[in-house]
Amino acid sequence: MNRFTLIWRNLWRKPIRTVFTMLAVLVVFFLFTVLEGLRIALSLSDVGIEAQERLLTSHKVSLIMMLPAAYQSRIARLPGVAAVSHGTWFGGRYQDNPEFAQYPVVAEEYLALNPEIKLSSAQRQAWLANRGGAIVGRPVASQYGWEVGDRVPLRSSIWTRNNGSNVWEFDIEGIFDDTDAGMNAGVVLFHYDYFDEARAFGKGTVGWYVSKGDGSMPIENLMASIDAEFENSPAETKTNTEAAFAQEYAQQFGNIGLIVTLILSAVVFMILLVTGHTMAQSVRERIHEMGVLKTLGFTSGSIFRLTVLEGLLLILPVGILAMALGRAALAFVSGAMGAMFPAGLHVGTQSVVLGLALMLAVSLGSVLPPVIRALKLDIVALLRTA
Amino acid sequence: MATQLIQLTGVSKNYRKGRETVRVLDGISLGIDKGDFVGLMGPSGSGKTTLLNLLGGLDKPTEGLVEVDGRVISALSPGALAKWRSSNIGFIFQFYNLLPVLTAARNVALPLLLTSLPASRRKQHVNTALQLVGLTERASHYPRELSGGQEQRVAIARAIVSDPPILLCDEPTGDLDRSTADEIMDLLQRLNRDYGKTIVMVTHDPRAASFAHRVLHLDKGELGAPPEETPGAPGGTSP
Amino acid sequence: MFGWLTQTAALAALNLRSLPRRPGAAAVAMSGIAALTGVFAGVLSMASGFEKTMEGSGQEDVALVLRSGSTAELNSRFSSEQADVIRYAPGIVRDAAGEPRVSSELFWIVNAVGKSSGTEANVALRGIQPAGYALRKGYRLAEGREFTPGRFELIAGRGARNQFAGLEPGQMIRFGKTEWLVTGVFEAGGSVFESELWCDVNVLQSAYQLGSGFQVVRAQVDGAAGRARLEEALDGDQRLAVDVWSEEQFYSEQAEDTTALIRVIGIPISVLMAIGAIFATLNAMYASIAARARELATLRALGFGSLPAALATLLESVALALLGGVLGCAIAWLALNGFQASTLASSFSQVVFNFAVTPDLLAQGVTAALVVGLVGGVFPAVRAAMAPVTVALREL
Repeated sequence: MNRFTLIWRNLWRKPIRTVFTMLAVLVVFFLFTVLEGLRIALSLSDVGIEAQERLLTSHKVSLIMMLPAAYQSRIARLPGVAAVSHGTWFGGRYQDNPEFAQYPVVAEEYLALNPEIKLSSAQRQAWLANRGGAIVGRPVASQYGWEVGDRVPLRSSIWTRNNGSNVWEFDIEGIFDDTDAGMNAGVVLFHYDYFDEARAFGKGTVGWYVSKGDGSMPIENLMASIDAEFENSPAETKTNTEAAFAQEYAQQFGNIGLIVTLILSAVVFMILLVTGHTMAQSVRERIHEMGVLKTLGFTSGSIFRLTVLEGLLLILPVGILAMALGRAALAFVSGAMGAMFPAGLHVGTQSVVLGLALMLAVSLGSVLPPVIRALKLDIVALLRTA
Repeated sequence: MATQLIQLTGVSKNYRKGRETVRVLDGISLGIDKGDFVGLMGPSGSGKTTLLNLLGGLDKPTEGLVEVDGRVISALSPGALAKWRSSNIGFIFQFYNLLPVLTAARNVALPLLLTSLPASRRKQHVNTALQLVGLTERASHYPRELSGGQEQRVAIARAIVSDPPILLCDEPTGDLDRSTADEIMDLLQRLNRDYGKTIVMVTHDPRAASFAHRVLHLDKGELGAPPEETPGAPGGTSP
Repeated sequence: MFGWLTQTAALAALNLRSLPRRPGAAAVAMSGIAALTGVFAGVLSMASGFEKTMEGSGQEDVALVLRSGSTAELNSRFSSEQADVIRYAPGIVRDAAGEPRVSSELFWIVNAVGKSSGTEANVALRGIQPAGYALRKGYRLAEGREFTPGRFELIAGRGARNQFAGLEPGQMIRFGKTEWLVTGVFEAGGSVFESELWCDVNVLQSAYQLGSGFQVVRAQVDGAAGRARLEEALDGDQRLAVDVWSEEQFYSEQAEDTTALIRVIGIPISVLMAIGAIFATLNAMYASIAARARELATLRALGFGSLPAALATLLESVALALLGGVLGCAIAWLALNGFQASTLASSFSQVVFNFAVTPDLLAQGVTAALVVGLVGGVFPAVRAAMAPVTVALREL
């Protein structure tokens, strides 16, 4: 028998209640973790470090408008630009799955600009050697079960081939990892030359330019000087960092995401209130016993500590388990839906801290008020409560 | 034997009831010797329990001094009082006040949590106390599995486990039938006689009071003369 | 003793009357269920609102001609010659003057600033021909005047005007190099078109160097039969490679991805929440029984049966769930019904829609609440029935 025995026995005073409270906590924090993962994924706020430094130049009027391929050399000549390449939205889908990201690119340039793409040198050589070859991010390859050497058809919602078909076939020559777990993680990359030659229209255009500064001037100035270069031309441009671009894009879904987040936080809050109420009730039930402990010589301080520890014991272990399960569920979902969530579904330290803070808030918030009120009473009053 | 263990000097206690102030105890002076067994009787509301609470340091007098073993306990801070209580006082209540979530042995062990005794010594103390009250075989039962008399014996074991010199009993037999009450009184008498515990016991029951060395009568907050009929010792109580 | 039904009624009445005496537990069970119902109705009302907007957009007697293989207007393209071929094809309804009721259109995307987000969003700028107005069910000019063909003028859908800045009649708005005058605001029966900006298709062609081509031809057809005739004619034409859609089907397919996403996320979450709410209800009901243990035991001692005791407990839980469910629905309805939101749809442009908390959804929400109430009440009810009278009486 030690103090922990006392806490432990008190925790299981009404085993059914304790179990149900724990299960409610389990469900709530599991939900919390999964939703955090979804929220982060949908906000595209986790784009990686490289994306903060890369610039993306698109048509000023709209992302869907193409830019002349000739802009590449003009951007390359600008002072402060270290490297420039381009990409184009292909808008393909595999079988009946949802559309995901594929870009026709100039391989060497694009890989140089995106060092987070880790491809073995053998696969790199193979890709460079095959005009119809493509490389693919691991999450997508594992969702669709693609392996090196497979020939996969992608149906584009935009690009028709010279022969009138919009189904394009590519040889998978490599599967890469994205060390940034950023925007490139789930993309299919193939050769621009092959694409440009085979497409029925839009030849000689690209979707956007991606560039990197040489560090000689602040990034804001570089962005301004690129846009200034094409001012008053038929296709004016808008340049931003890749990260800002991604976030702006995500904002377009924002309305829905925000509403979902609001509704769900209301719910989490309410279920936690329910749990808190039950805990507070359990403390109130034993005010008389607190009086008994005091007659035995327990101080207010030690009774306070016993009760608070019990509250933490009720919430924290289960809450932490729930968050671990939530993370496992997220990992499972991102494995199964690699094309939709190429960067994976994660909860970062911030979410974990937020979750722990919520747990503390619930257990302390429900236990402290009744225990403080009880301990303000003198022993005689405590003993008199039945 | 003649040392005054407990000394009350001019002790009064007021309670506020709404706007009125009720004087529950009025200028009580009283000395209790070490090893004494005092019964405290009186009608309901006469202040018996209040007096007991003052002796145990659960409550503080409005006026006057409560000294125990030369220490003015009415002047101690709540923390110091709690510590003092854990080593000097054992409480026994009418409704036992065992914690329902703990077994008999763990209920008994409860006061030992406040000591620095090693686990093995604690176990030893608990066993001794349970043996003394004759409940060794019920050690792992929960309070709800015990009869009223057994529960009270566990409560007594809990009161004596840290070997306090003073036992304060508030109607210890109030909830028990006659023969069980006699068993409990025998036990208290034994603790007083064989182990030198000083006992102050509030009771309604003249039969229980007859086990005491002397009986004080409290009426309207004052110690008075016993009523006409002094309870005599009933048969079968002497060993 | 009287029958179990009467007994149950008597006990249930007693239980319910004692509810105000223990507001805490009752409120707790109710609010947990209210939250569940509110979210359930809220999430689904978003999906149903989006669906309603999209499905209300298409008409059965309007045919949509897109380039073969295109699943969105954005990816489709024709030359003006091809558009003319389609215009005079059979199956298309003609007006009194013999002109086909056809609007060849361009679907363009421009950036406008969202009022609530403050960031740029893709908004559809649609170039139409004069027949285009009549091809939209419920088209009505709500404010200002229509754009003048040949000028850089546009009219804004009501939803677009509400969600994006700078679209009040009389304001100038710049998209790229061109400045446009907003001349009016239109309604189109709450359809997806209300999320768009409309202008003269020829002006749009020249404003962004789009050449003389079009992306989509909309034509009034004589029902499904007319559409079939049109399809047959166009399929047989060597100059064309097009698909003919029923406009209705086109928009309901466009809605699918988004509503599926909302449901795929929303429904498992609602189920998990329901489980959480069940635990909360179980706790509240056990607490309720514990609080009334003596009362129950006394009644049992008086001769009330155990089945009525159980049923009355179950009734109480269901009543609480019902109250919570109604409360949650009321909150969802008051807070969300008609709430306007926008999202990026598969047309790659913003679609403005209203949350639709339909009676159907409310019924589903209350049903979910009742299920929670039943499941959350069954075990406590068994407990209430099983508790031996003497123990219950002794425990207090």
